[in-house]
Amino acid sequence: MGDILVVAEHLNGQLDEATFELIGMANGLGNTVVALIGGTDEMVSQLGAASKVVKVDAAADFNPESYGAALGAVADAVNPQVVLTTGSSMGMELANSLSAQKNWPLAVAATGVSANGSVKAQAALFGGKIIATTDLGSGPCIVAVVGGSAPADAGRKEGSPAVETVDAPAGAGKVHFKKLIMPESADVDITTKDVLVAIGRGIGSKDDIEVAEELAEALDAAVAASRPIIDAGWLPKSRQVGKSGLKVKPKVYIALGISGAPEHLEGMKNSSTIIAINSDKNAPIFDVAHYGMVADLFDVVEELTEALD
Amino acid sequence: MKIVVPLKQVPDLVEDLELNDDGTGLDYEYLKMKLNEWDDHALEEAILTKEAGDAEVIAVALDGEDVDKMLFTALAKGADKAVKITGANPYAGNHEMAKVLANAISGMSPDLVLVGVQSAGDSDGWLAPLLAAHLGMPSVSVVTGLQVSGNTVTVHKEYSGGIMAEFDVELPGVIGIQAARQTPRYAPVSKVRQIQQSATIEEVAAGDLGDVVTSTVEEMKHPEKGGGAKMLSDVEEIVEVLKEKGVA
Repeated sequence: MGDILVVAEHLNGQLDEATFELIGMANGLGNTVVALIGGTDEMVSQLGAASKVVKVDAAADFNPESYGAALGAVADAVNPQVVLTTGSSMGMELANSLSAQKNWPLAVAATGVSANGSVKAQAALFGGKIIATTDLGSGPCIVAVVGGSAPADAGRKEGSPAVETVDAPAGAGKVHFKKLIMPESADVDITTKDVLVAIGRGIGSKDDIEVAEELAEALDAAVAASRPIIDAGWLPKSRQVGKSGLKVKPKVYIALGISGAPEHLEGMKNSSTIIAINSDKNAPIFDVAHYGMVADLFDVVEELTEALD
Repeated sequence: MKIVVPLKQVPDLVEDLELNDDGTGLDYEYLKMKLNEWDDHALEEAILTKEAGDAEVIAVALDGEDVDKMLFTALAKGADKAVKITGANPYAGNHEMAKVLANAISGMSPDLVLVGVQSAGDSDGWLAPLLAAHLGMPSVSVVTGLQVSGNTVTVHKEYSGGIMAEFDVELPGVIGIQAARQTPRYAPVSKVRQIQQSATIEEVAAGDLGDVVTSTVEEMKHPEKGGGAKMLSDVEEIVEVLKEKGVA
């Protein structure tokens, strides 16, 4: 078994939780080497669960072009069997860039990886309605892993492993990082609420959000939403739960008309209790929910709000 | 400027997804297909860019079931030209699709290629960066909103937690669109019919693909049911759960 190269991810000077999830996963597969591009010594000191860190001195802010070229140089130095990246906006850029540079096969949206002879990745595709197993051959290959697929604690250990430094290649220099844009402060912080009433595509129209707001009021809850509602401009970005939105862990998460695409589940599956109401009995949300009801959400919500008043 | 937008059809996830006999993929024969929603956003962003300045928008798709209708709809929405690539597998993975598209697009000399950042069945990567690599262009994906100024496009790339990064990308370039600045427009059926009678779709052959890096999907299955939600039958039971959890 060759080395497993984990690509660390950081934003705003902080290592992303998903880095530790990947290290934990990698330790179950073989000898773990971490690629740290543009990171700090303080980050290295958190990577004690890996056997080695290969560091590239680069700008602290992610750039798909220069970080991609840097990962190519790290891959040359390490010669890994498997490369694990996160499934995030950054991790996916790096996974694709490396696959294109090296002609290595790539599997994305992975929730599990095994390496017994050939490397296999399991992924939830088509909005979570299909589970696919991909055979990536004996390596080298690349797997981009969905956040929350493995416990972070297994890969989190203080202490600095051996550090090797690789020079940053020049890159094409056609993508220029300008600045980070932080989110506008929100009227409601959905990450601190005990109860969230979350709406998805099933709500149908902007005017109908009122129904969810009334239920939220009865439960002293806030209204949250999945991506389509935010993209339609019906609720502000600060209400978005999921991969590119916020991660929430309320006591009770009520999902109304949310099908349960993997990107949404990433943001809410650790809620203590999940109650899903959806008219599609095959909606993937029912696989992660603790309680479910196949029904028209408007009928249920109206009756529920009345019962609580 | 010239903007190329590749369009892809994907299964409508509202329908049941049937698997093929050997359980290695979907059975496309009976699937209802629709335009990938992220591609719709890419097309919208291209048309908005055209409306804000001066651009020609070319919609490109691999030949397949109902592709003509999808391309005529793109024309009805505001694309200037539609091109169909024949002799390629429209259900291919993104590594193969990137090569097919690169062959067809490189001859068009685009300034900007706008691609839907993802599609529901993506198992082997994103189309935008893979296509960019073949075209020798820079790329940034997960973009919401872009602005072209001279030889540069300024984009906002989304990270988690609502944080975004601003990049300047030197053109020509490939951008993976997460969401257009506004909800993609709708083309009335009457307008699509009208376009269908007057417009033509250009055809180009897929050409030689050479070696394509593939990963083999060896098994597809529906997620196992059971062990999931306890199903409730009336609102009273929901109230009971809420009381039990101490929130009602």
